[in-house]
Amino acid sequence: MYGYLFRRLLGTIPVMLVVAVFIFLMLRLTPSDPAAIIAGDNATTEQVAKIRGQLGLNRPIVEQFFIWSGKVLTGDLGESFFFKKTVAQLIGERIEPTLSLAFFTILIAVLVAVPLGVLAAHRHGSWIDRIVMGFSVLGFSVPVFVVGYLLIYLFAVYLNWLPVQGYQRISEGFGGWVQRLILPSVTLSVIYIALIARMTRTSVLEVLSEDYIRTARAKGQIERTVLFRHALRNAAVPIVTVIGLGIALLIGGVVVTESVFTIPGLGRLTVDAVLARDYPTIQAVILLFSFVYVMINLAVDMLYTLLDPRIRY
Amino acid sequence: MADVILDTPIAAAPAKPAAAFRKMLYNPAVLFGSAIITIVVLIGLLAPWLGTIDPTAINPIARNKVPGAEFFFRTDTGERIKMIALFGTDGLGRDVYSRVVYGARISLLVGISVALISVACGLFIGLLAGFFRILDAIIMRIMDGLMAIPAILLAIAMVSLFRSSVWTVIIAITVPEVPRVVRLVRSIVLSVREEPYVEAAVTLGTSTPKLLWRHVLPNTVAPMIVQGTFICASAILIEAILSFLGIGVPPEVPTWGNIMAAGREVFSLFPHNIIYPGIFLAMTILAVNILGDGLRDTLDPKMMKRV
Amino acid sequence: MSAPVLEIANLSVAIRGSGDRPHAVRGISLSVGSNEIVCVVGESGSGKSVTAQAVMGLLPRNAMAVETGSVRLEGEELTTKSDADLRAIRGARMAMVFQEPMTALNPVERVGDQIGEVLEVHTDLDPKERRKRVLDIMRAVHLPDPEQMIDAYPHQLSGGQRQRIMIAAALVLDPALLIADEPTTALDVTTQAQILKLVREMQARKKTGVLFITHDFGVVSEIAHRVVVMQLGRIVEQGATEEVLRNPREDYTRMLLASVPSMTPPKRVPVSGPVVLQTEKLFKTYGRRSLFQPRARIVNAVKDVSLEVRRGETLGIVGESGSGKSTVARCVARLVQPSSGAIRIDNSDIAGMNEAKFRPVRRRVQFVFQDPYRSLNPRRTVGEAIIEGPMNFGLPRAQALQRARDLMAVVHLSPEAVDRYPHQFSGGQRQRICIARALAMEPELLIGDEPVSALDVSVQAQVLKLLDEVRRRFNLAVLFITHDLRVAAQVCDRIAVMQRGVIVEQGTTSDVFAAPKHEYTRALFDAAPGRNREFFASNAAGA
Repeated sequence: MYGYLFRRLLGTIPVMLVVAVFIFLMLRLTPSDPAAIIAGDNATTEQVAKIRGQLGLNRPIVEQFFIWSGKVLTGDLGESFFFKKTVAQLIGERIEPTLSLAFFTILIAVLVAVPLGVLAAHRHGSWIDRIVMGFSVLGFSVPVFVVGYLLIYLFAVYLNWLPVQGYQRISEGFGGWVQRLILPSVTLSVIYIALIARMTRTSVLEVLSEDYIRTARAKGQIERTVLFRHALRNAAVPIVTVIGLGIALLIGGVVVTESVFTIPGLGRLTVDAVLARDYPTIQAVILLFSFVYVMINLAVDMLYTLLDPRIRY
Repeated sequence: MADVILDTPIAAAPAKPAAAFRKMLYNPAVLFGSAIITIVVLIGLLAPWLGTIDPTAINPIARNKVPGAEFFFRTDTGERIKMIALFGTDGLGRDVYSRVVYGARISLLVGISVALISVACGLFIGLLAGFFRILDAIIMRIMDGLMAIPAILLAIAMVSLFRSSVWTVIIAITVPEVPRVVRLVRSIVLSVREEPYVEAAVTLGTSTPKLLWRHVLPNTVAPMIVQGTFICASAILIEAILSFLGIGVPPEVPTWGNIMAAGREVFSLFPHNIIYPGIFLAMTILAVNILGDGLRDTLDPKMMKRV
Repeated sequence: MSAPVLEIANLSVAIRGSGDRPHAVRGISLSVGSNEIVCVVGESGSGKSVTAQAVMGLLPRNAMAVETGSVRLEGEELTTKSDADLRAIRGARMAMVFQEPMTALNPVERVGDQIGEVLEVHTDLDPKERRKRVLDIMRAVHLPDPEQMIDAYPHQLSGGQRQRIMIAAALVLDPALLIADEPTTALDVTTQAQILKLVREMQARKKTGVLFITHDFGVVSEIAHRVVVMQLGRIVEQGATEEVLRNPREDYTRMLLASVPSMTPPKRVPVSGPVVLQTEKLFKTYGRRSLFQPRARIVNAVKDVSLEVRRGETLGIVGESGSGKSTVARCVARLVQPSSGAIRIDNSDIAGMNEAKFRPVRRRVQFVFQDPYRSLNPRRTVGEAIIEGPMNFGLPRAQALQRARDLMAVVHLSPEAVDRYPHQFSGGQRQRICIARALAMEPELLIGDEPVSALDVSVQAQVLKLLDEVRRRFNLAVLFITHDLRVAAQVCDRIAVMQRGVIVEQGTTSDVFAAPKHEYTRALFDAAPGRNREFFASNAAGA
């Protein structure tokens, strides 16, 4: 069991390596001078030269990569000239809002989507099934920010129940924290719910046509137990998989949602950094998000061993 | 021995491909989706003749008009014409209706280009990976790495590197979509390779290129059509997001995302900047997704199982 | 014989929507008494499974429904019962065992819990009592080490053990009726023999009535008290086993019985043609241990196999699953690279040849696969399938097509049908097309990897006859892989018996069948159902 864990962990290294190489090359591939870009438009030639020295741009590219990786692994993510702070500091400040948003979104999405999917599969072909599938396609198609603005218009402007935008730190009051996160989480969860509900329905339907379901019915088992004890437990693996893979969509959505609701999180940071061409920050944020994504999917893999006894190395 | 015996009469059913095609045409999802998409395409193509004016024309006097209001604008020849702003005007006085109609062009262009290019690249790379074991390991590692970066971030990263233009955006959105296609193609190739009829072709001395062309590739057609449709929807969506965030196509070029970006500040007062392009955007993406669903149900219902 | 446990009277099941006929079964009447085993035998599409499902009330709701007729279990009418009432009966008073033990058990639940589920649904026993009952029934079905196995998962058990678990779950509440739908078809012949013995034993233990569905007359002769023959949804004939097997009244029954190959090999003239195929110390090993997979399984699929086949002779390789027989065939056809050893076709060693050098030799070695439904590309016409080979070697299209038409006639199919697609043909016809495709290359060696195993017995007989005809006509050497001893007896001049990758015995068919030397061979023969019985071989001069 631990051997399996260790080997899967080792397996993530090549993936992160590819990501790191890609991100590293990103900056080096621009037609202009990386040091000048990082220093910004208002930099003096001395500043640019200093940065060039720091980045070691005169050294062979492979050596540069190792220097850069070394720094990243020790936590030195560079300095943001635009924000006048170290990138590590920036990320530290902005991480709480993003985590809060993600937490609520995943909570809402899983609690809503899985039961809906099971229901749709159980009542396959009925109007409930069609409605769930219809909403699923809709959820996939309407962009996150359109949903966001719709909800803002309805709940904040028209009904005036919830605040329009903004974020409140949990240290400043729990109630306000929750209240400000409701609209953004619901907005972001729409696409996630669409994805999970659909996958749940498909998996459960597939499982329901398996032989062991027929065996359970032949034993005289009631439908509800057949559904939960036999079908859902076998459908769990693909459902959990899609929850893990869907995090990628979630991350993308976070970027947009934070912009719509002016939440000062990592997503907003990414957009601001891109607009300002603040490369150290862009690199660090992408690296961080990718790492988180890979880790979450690793955790999902580990979860498989609990769910499916056949997956035990 | 008696001459020709048949154990059971051979069915005179029509050949399979024709039957499938007919089924596809009658599927409600396919019909609905195609109808809407055709309308949008027509809108984009016929933009100049649909009562629009220059979508980039700035008109400071006519700023922030509500939908249905009248406004004046100057043509190239110097005349002053009175127009009704069907969808209102934005903060710079540009006619939102014209911008939305012209915006259809870019959105569709990006969607279709990304779909075609990513399917073509993915098909090629996937075939290589599926057929040559040595390449397989390397290719899949790289694909896994690319898939580890969430699509929008990857697109954002690529856009930030190069000069802003429509083609930059197209390439930026294509890159994250390719790995998924590669994965799908590879799994199809791997499963088809195991089929007895492919093994039979090997025993008949069929060379590898012919094997790929004759026996493997036809199995990819239906999944590629379905996947391409979904990629098109996804690409339109991502382009809109990029434009909305201000990091997509140059601001002069009207896209639905751009229009909404311009209207962000004044949203509570003038929601028309967001509503109209939003509706068009949602409808188009919805239509493409529904088309994709319909195509998948008729052409290749087993596709979902493969990835 | 007391009152019947199961009484089916005039049952008709309608098929909703499109199908090749409006009724799955029509007007069937049969009964099963307590303490008797009734076998329902028929080919595919005969409706035997549908009958079983109709009794249990498990017909697929949207596709089929009982139209008329009655089904009585111990006198109670089942067709009019509500769902809830039927559920109370299922598992408790009537139970069913299915064909595929691999997929019939829930893979994520322990097998003990799955047996216990029956008790959970129908009784009020507490967990401790349930566990005791489960252990008791596991012991009764002779499962080794029940205390350990009760906590095992299905994938940890063998096919035979899984089927015993299914039987245990079916019988734990001593139902009056046990329905078994081809429970041994997916099992090896030795395992099958054990399960049949178990069924007989369990039936006698509590005097259960058993409705046993099968397509194998050998099985019928082993366990059935009475037999029911079905064809296309109707009952053709029924009666006591001995009666029906010795004196079948109906033509269809006679035809079926005549199609079952005899266990006694016919007299054969030893073949003395040149040696076409010769393997020497052939090895094939799968799996490699590496840094990333230190505990990967190493499978010795083929170990030290040496055999030879001459022109005009058929060598059969007989064995159960995992014996390596298919692997040998695939090595010879170079679908798989052998690990070591020599394979000589007409004296050139092809084992180590690279693909380019081997290509010209491919013409001489052709292959017929097991699954007729997957051996032809569904998107190409059968004519195109047949001409693909010859055209690869330079034959112009027009000539190739003519050859294709000629060969269609050789395999007794209409030459005009070259323009049709595979799905327009039946399984037996498709297999003939595959044979035609192989013959188009004008090979010297024809390899058949279980070429008739997926076919109904009557169709099987025809295809075997065709293979024999083709072999004589083209003077081919044939390597015939099979698990079915009867087929081997009928078709092969010599046979090699394989077990776990090794040839345990080789010799002429008549010698091996008359006096098997190796203990495995003996076990194989002992396990063959109905081995002492000749079905109709001595009666009736021909079909």
